[in-house]
Amino acid sequence: MESGFATEGALVAERLACRRGERLVFAGLDCRLPAGGALVLSGSNGSGKSSLLRLFATLLAPASGRLLWGGSPVLRDAPRYRALIHYVGHLDATKSALSPREMLRFWAGLRGEAAPAIEPALAAFALGAIADRPCRWLSAGQRRRLALARLVAAPAPIWLLDEPNAALDRDGEARLATLIAEHRAAGGRVAIAAHQAIAVDDAAVIVLDDFAVSADAALAVWQ
Amino acid sequence: MTPLLGLFECELRLSLRQGGDIGLVIGFFVLAVLLYPFGVGPEPELLGRIAAGIIWVAALLAAVLSLDRLFAVDHADGGLDLISLSPAPLELVVLAKGAAHWVTTGLPLCVISPVLALFVDLDPKAIPILTFGLLIGTPALSLLGAIAAALSLGARRPGILVSLLVLPLYLPVLIFGTGAVEAVLAAEGARAHLLLLGAASLAALPVAPLAAAAALRQALD
Repeated sequence: MESGFATEGALVAERLACRRGERLVFAGLDCRLPAGGALVLSGSNGSGKSSLLRLFATLLAPASGRLLWGGSPVLRDAPRYRALIHYVGHLDATKSALSPREMLRFWAGLRGEAAPAIEPALAAFALGAIADRPCRWLSAGQRRRLALARLVAAPAPIWLLDEPNAALDRDGEARLATLIAEHRAAGGRVAIAAHQAIAVDDAAVIVLDDFAVSADAALAVWQ
Repeated sequence: MTPLLGLFECELRLSLRQGGDIGLVIGFFVLAVLLYPFGVGPEPELLGRIAAGIIWVAALLAAVLSLDRLFAVDHADGGLDLISLSPAPLELVVLAKGAAHWVTTGLPLCVISPVLALFVDLDPKAIPILTFGLLIGTPALSLLGAIAAALSLGARRPGILVSLLVLPLYLPVLIFGTGAVEAVLAAEGARAHLLLLGAASLAALPVAPLAAAAALRQALD
């Protein structure tokens, strides 16, 4: 299924600017995420890594600039674009009363996935032993694994991962790296906001501090 | 349709499993009603005359009790992001959540209301109308409540804000709900009141999802 998306062109950001409250976080950001590609977003705290991912996910609207998929603005057909992305934010969205298996089925169902790959998803992050326990007993790392297991349960070609390795142990990081490598080999794309070092082969790195906006430039964008 | 059914099922499962939720609402409803005989005295004539008002007011308050969590939990744990990225329109998401809220609060209130009506000396011939009124009026409580719940996202004291926002909206439901019972007690027809009560729920059916979805989009930004 995933390889079919490889031909769909690239995800392209043109002169993106992001405003949070009164503050212009970054502006003039150009980037490209081709099939099989990886973007690593780095930068200091507050430089807009998570905001850029949320822009990619259409959860935020850009202050200026545009986001293109296959040459046309993503919001022209938002449902189609949203079906292509997987957003794993820094919050895990786990309900403490449900089990990991139920959570995965719910999340996949939310995407309209009729036949979710629950067992492979649990296996990908070694969650089998705790699959039927309520999530309230899970540790932070196990919750992270569960959130990442969504990527396997319902396939989508564009992964947007916010600090995916936070709270993960070495085994978890290795599993994530394998998963990302397989995803890219099949033509998938991944954008990762990373504060800690993360091992991703030949990724394009965007340092968001480079796009930070001075007061003068901010005024220019406002006008 | 799968995303919405999944959402509905998940909500039900959460309220059933967190046990407390439904029990708390019913417990509050029962206690609030039973306080009145102690407050106003046990004279059957007085109680019987205000019984419908007692039960309807207690039902409104009980419905409000669980509203602040309708979207707040998803908002806090990041689930709302995933919900808004799903192919299901946000309006229908509100409808699914409102339906689940009704099944876990409005419906149980209807079911126990005949028993409570006996405690406050409501004339037995008015009990079917009271219960039927609750049955067609409580959907409006859940739907209008969804608007307030969505508007209060991110507020510091969402529980109180929800009550302030939603209780004025509940006035028509309260007026026609008690009006129907009083009409029966006065040996007049309750038809007009019940029709208006049903109209309130039907009007909330398209309006509430639109308004609540707009508020949710604001909260997501």
